[in-house]
Amino acid sequence: MKGPWSAPLLRTLQVLLLAAILLIWHLASANRDVAFFFGRPLEVAQVIWAWFVTDAGIYRHLGVTLIETVLAFAIGTAGGLGFGLWLGLSRGASALLDPYITAANSMPRVILAPIFAMWFGLGIWSKVALAVTLVFFIVFFNVYQGVREVSPTLLANARMLGASRRQLLRHVYIPSATSWVFSSLHTSVGLAFVGAVVGEYLGSAAGVGYLILQAEGTFDVNTVFAGIVVLTVFALLLDGVVTLVERRLLAWRPSPGGSGML
Amino acid sequence: MPEALGLDRVTCTFPAAQGGAYTAMREATLAVAAGEFVSVVGPTGCGKSTLLNMAAGLLAPTAGTVRVFGELLQGINHRAGYMFQGEALMPWRTALANVTTGLEFAGVPPAEARGRGMDWLRRVGLGGFEDRYPHQMSGGMRKRTMLAQTLIRDPDIILMDEPFSALDVQTRQLMENEVLDLWMASRKAVLFITHDLDEAIAMSDRVVVLSAGPDTHPIGDFPIDIPRPRDVAEIRTDPRFVALHRAIWAVLRDEVLKGYARQRQA
Repeated sequence: MKGPWSAPLLRTLQVLLLAAILLIWHLASANRDVAFFFGRPLEVAQVIWAWFVTDAGIYRHLGVTLIETVLAFAIGTAGGLGFGLWLGLSRGASALLDPYITAANSMPRVILAPIFAMWFGLGIWSKVALAVTLVFFIVFFNVYQGVREVSPTLLANARMLGASRRQLLRHVYIPSATSWVFSSLHTSVGLAFVGAVVGEYLGSAAGVGYLILQAEGTFDVNTVFAGIVVLTVFALLLDGVVTLVERRLLAWRPSPGGSGML
Repeated sequence: MPEALGLDRVTCTFPAAQGGAYTAMREATLAVAAGEFVSVVGPTGCGKSTLLNMAAGLLAPTAGTVRVFGELLQGINHRAGYMFQGEALMPWRTALANVTTGLEFAGVPPAEARGRGMDWLRRVGLGGFEDRYPHQMSGGMRKRTMLAQTLIRDPDIILMDEPFSALDVQTRQLMENEVLDLWMASRKAVLFITHDLDEAIAMSDRVVVLSAGPDTHPIGDFPIDIPRPRDVAEIRTDPRFVALHRAIWAVLRDEVLKGYARQRQA
């Protein structure tokens, strides 16, 4: 979709819009009551500066959040892929487990956080567990659907070319399921991050979610906003990395815009 | 000549949607000799693909037997190569990797497979396109890749299910000639399904006409005694071609009309 503006003009307008919002925020927060609820942009910037430069204390927390996100993503994806393949290929198991999967997926899983805290303590693993429950179902449903919808012609062709059962799995089912995992990659990485941060927020001793929780306890709105800004930028960076990985691994896929012919 | 493929009174029944059963094929008998090119024509929906799937071992007949070089077929027919009607290439593999898939499954060393794959890509006119993914190729190029993928395994029986029906007329005639050239070089048994009578006569040693479904079975068997090598474009004006076409069409037309009437009822 192209707007009525040229690309450089559009960028300029986008930056101006951000500047305008910051300016309005700045002017409005001159009022002390407004500042109590919304913070002051300059003070938020000061907090961020202190985190990254003067104290340099944020890196440890960012590191913890990142590790939780990556672990949750890896475990959730592996589990979803394996389970999705298994249920996709086994009619009996999928018929048996169908209602339970629907139930597990409908359950508001954030509510599991206290239970995970009891099971795994307040360290990173309770956050990883919460985020895994979010990632797992996204990947699982995509893979399950992907396996069910593998083209029958593709399967018949592979069988005629002499594929054994194992080779069918390795060369037809898994690649085709993997392409479905990648199509859900943005969502699942995003949810891994959400799970990690929410987990931290609900009880932890480290991580960006923990920083926000601490600041809230002392009504330090500026720090809360600083945490939100850092989380947002971090999420954008993660998304950028996913896009890069996707481009490398899915070279065989037609680009959505182009006709596909070189 | 020994019999490469023999279907003996095969019946194939599918469970129908409203309960009951639909008999797609009843007591069909068909044989293909080694080195013989046999085409099967019939009205739309008469179960031509069912016949081919039984010959391939992808579908077990409800009754009757399928023999491959005299041996009873059980499971996949490993002496056959099957060129499908639809898209059968793996989208995540390049042209070369698709062509060598069968060799890879059979455990041929990668270097040797690569060499043979490149050779086959050249033979089907795709030299230099080995790194293209299926979505980067035209319909004709994908068909050529599928042809190389099927033939590289050097099957004794080649099954083809309307392989060129999705191509434009020019590409189609080119590919028909190419397939004939490749076949003349190796003389494998071919069972070729088509709905195009011109194509069937131009390419085959024998044309078999199937009746309209249900209960499809062969109702006509016409030897094509036009000398080879043939050119599928030029042969169409040959008086022998015209005479054969008239004779076969006389049988086929009634079945086409029957099939059409049945489809309108449904």
